[in-house]
Amino acid sequence: MSADATNPQELTVGHLPEGAEVQQNIGQRRRTGRIWQGIFLASIVFSLLALLTLILDVANDAFGLVATESSVDVAEVTGGRELSALSQAELVTIIEANTSGRVQARLNREQPLAERSQEDLVGVIEIEVLKSSLVGVWPLWESLTQRPAIEAAVAEKNPRAQIVWRSWINPDFLTSPMSSVALNAGLRTAILGTLWVTILTALFAIPIGVFAAIYLEEYADQRTWYNKAIQTNINNLAGVPSIIYGMLGLAIFVRVFEPFTSGAIFGAGSGGDGTLNGRTVIAAAFTMALLILPIIIIASQEAIRAVPNSLRQGSYGLGATKWQTVQNIVLPQALPGILTGVILSISRAAGETAPLILVGASTFIVSDPSGPFSKFTVVPIQIYNWTSRPEQEFKDVAAAAIIVLLVLILIFNTSAVLLRNYFRSKRVSL
Amino acid sequence: MTDQARARAEAAALSRPAEEVLDLRKRTRVGESVIQGVLFLCGILSMFTTIGIVWVLIQQAWLFFGNPEVSIIEFLTGTQWTPEIGSFGAWPLITATLMTSLIGMLVAIPLGLAAAVYLSEYASERARSIIKPILEILAGVPTVVYGYFALSFITPLLRNIFGNNVVNIYNMAAAGIAMGILILPLIASLSEDALSAVPNSLRNASFGLGATKLETATRIVIPAAASGLAAAFIIGISRAVGETMIVALASGAGPNLTANPFDSAETITGHIARISGGDLSYGSIQYSSIFALGLLLFTITLILNILSRRLVARFREVYE
Repeated sequence: MSADATNPQELTVGHLPEGAEVQQNIGQRRRTGRIWQGIFLASIVFSLLALLTLILDVANDAFGLVATESSVDVAEVTGGRELSALSQAELVTIIEANTSGRVQARLNREQPLAERSQEDLVGVIEIEVLKSSLVGVWPLWESLTQRPAIEAAVAEKNPRAQIVWRSWINPDFLTSPMSSVALNAGLRTAILGTLWVTILTALFAIPIGVFAAIYLEEYADQRTWYNKAIQTNINNLAGVPSIIYGMLGLAIFVRVFEPFTSGAIFGAGSGGDGTLNGRTVIAAAFTMALLILPIIIIASQEAIRAVPNSLRQGSYGLGATKWQTVQNIVLPQALPGILTGVILSISRAAGETAPLILVGASTFIVSDPSGPFSKFTVVPIQIYNWTSRPEQEFKDVAAAAIIVLLVLILIFNTSAVLLRNYFRSKRVSL
Repeated sequence: MTDQARARAEAAALSRPAEEVLDLRKRTRVGESVIQGVLFLCGILSMFTTIGIVWVLIQQAWLFFGNPEVSIIEFLTGTQWTPEIGSFGAWPLITATLMTSLIGMLVAIPLGLAAAVYLSEYASERARSIIKPILEILAGVPTVVYGYFALSFITPLLRNIFGNNVVNIYNMAAAGIAMGILILPLIASLSEDALSAVPNSLRNASFGLGATKLETATRIVIPAAASGLAAAFIIGISRAVGETMIVALASGAGPNLTANPFDSAETITGHIARISGGDLSYGSIQYSSIFALGLLLFTITLILNILSRRLVARFREVYE
């Protein structure tokens, strides 16, 4: 602080407190200090509460009571017996007798009826034969506190409806393909899409990013104009909004490189439906790779910069070449830091939505992505779709998908921390 | 004498059989050069990304403004954005972007700064080691989840407080608040870096003069870190302006020129996401219009980022 900050007028004109006044003055100032310390602490508490609220809000929608009503009576199709009491063969007969050929063909394509388990068939009958439909959904909190009221309201409006507990996140949700009915909506296609896109992104971005960081830290003369330009450029790219990368992906990877990204030059069809276009896994992966590249480069540069220079000098002194030094000395030392940055950027890619809207993740596909030239969707895109639908039951499905996404990202981030600690403990102490 | 003689003898011994024993001259190693070339290519790739972005945006924006229906003056001053009838005034989208960012910053700056002051000036080492990872988790939550949170929690909360007829189902306030929570950890962490970089000698001098912790923080540390803090805030604004998923979900569809935060209005990013999410035919005027908006967005965020880096550089010069 410069000298003029200590106001000279105060020193000459103001009077210094004496006696009891001093105690009063100090007490006053300490009280103000304590009040503000409370305010500062409160904003930390607010952040923690925000995180807690977010998690509770998601959980509130992901579990709760649902009321379903079937338009066909169970007794009519089963001849008065309980569904669960019937054998597998009897269930198949019921399905074949009560559904159209088109529905049967679709079901058989997903998995032949004869090979399905008894539980699975009961589920199919409930949806396809009894045509169970949702008449109401309630969030967890209401379900716990106002169950009698909910039951009364349902009994009045839909006397045939059944009220059951439902966890929207369940094994079926993870393993079944997409559906336009909230009750059978599944996330399998999206999870596979996320895995495809994320793994390909990592394959492209990690080597290029780490190599670029090695170049900038170990080889480049930072005083030359072009190396300065590269560094400035990377810093600026890190601040470009993700949706802009989506526009780049749309214009370049989806359109200009269409013969490549659609797989046409390799004779591949996209998604098996014959419509060839560039809106494929590989176009998304290229876009995402460019998006996370600056993050990987900056994190790796920091890790490489932290390697002590004495190690490099020691290596040179023993006659190692530049690349031998990088390969055997610098990279192993910088690995924990690089890994942490890489994994964090991958988890960013897994949660990123906006660029993929532009690159054209399909909002509704039933077939799993089968390769880099397939049409695809990812978990965040499904969350976006389900959330933007007006029906509450789709919000609940979205909440379940959010839990899946958060768990996925938590696994990524935890593994980043664990790997870092593992390598730290293995590293020779300097 | 003897030393000199010995040195001369050693030098002679070294120079004579040098070629037969060991060639110590610098050799050209092909492998090394190839590796360096590959590394350089990886480094230069980011340049192509930038060139690609700028080229794509300018080329499509050129097509857009070259269209007889569109004028650049209308784009920058017009107050109506209705592509269907050919009016392309970007102001409704710009004001909505400013409104959501403003609300976001009103949440994020005071809370983020207060959290940073607590972490850097008050918190013990142990408290810091617990709080910082939690803030990192908050920062790592995907933005689409915040969009969901805005729509399913903040909007109903606002409607409960202010009344259903005042607050629209889709509104800028909810989107802005969610955005504030998203950016809070970023601002807290960048501000904490700026505050911790202030040398302890300044704090100790202040304590020595009898100042309390609060007085030291507000009159010494914060002013000393001012340019670093400003850089953190600008980075935050840049994030808010470019944020897409929260506004796409919570702030509503359809451009709307309004100053009421409880109204629905579409931001630049929200509009780009909605238009490109549908079936967009390449080469149509709507297709090129989103690139013109993208160019606007890119320019705004680039200026903000450069400004922020300038401030950080100034800050470094003073204290490092």
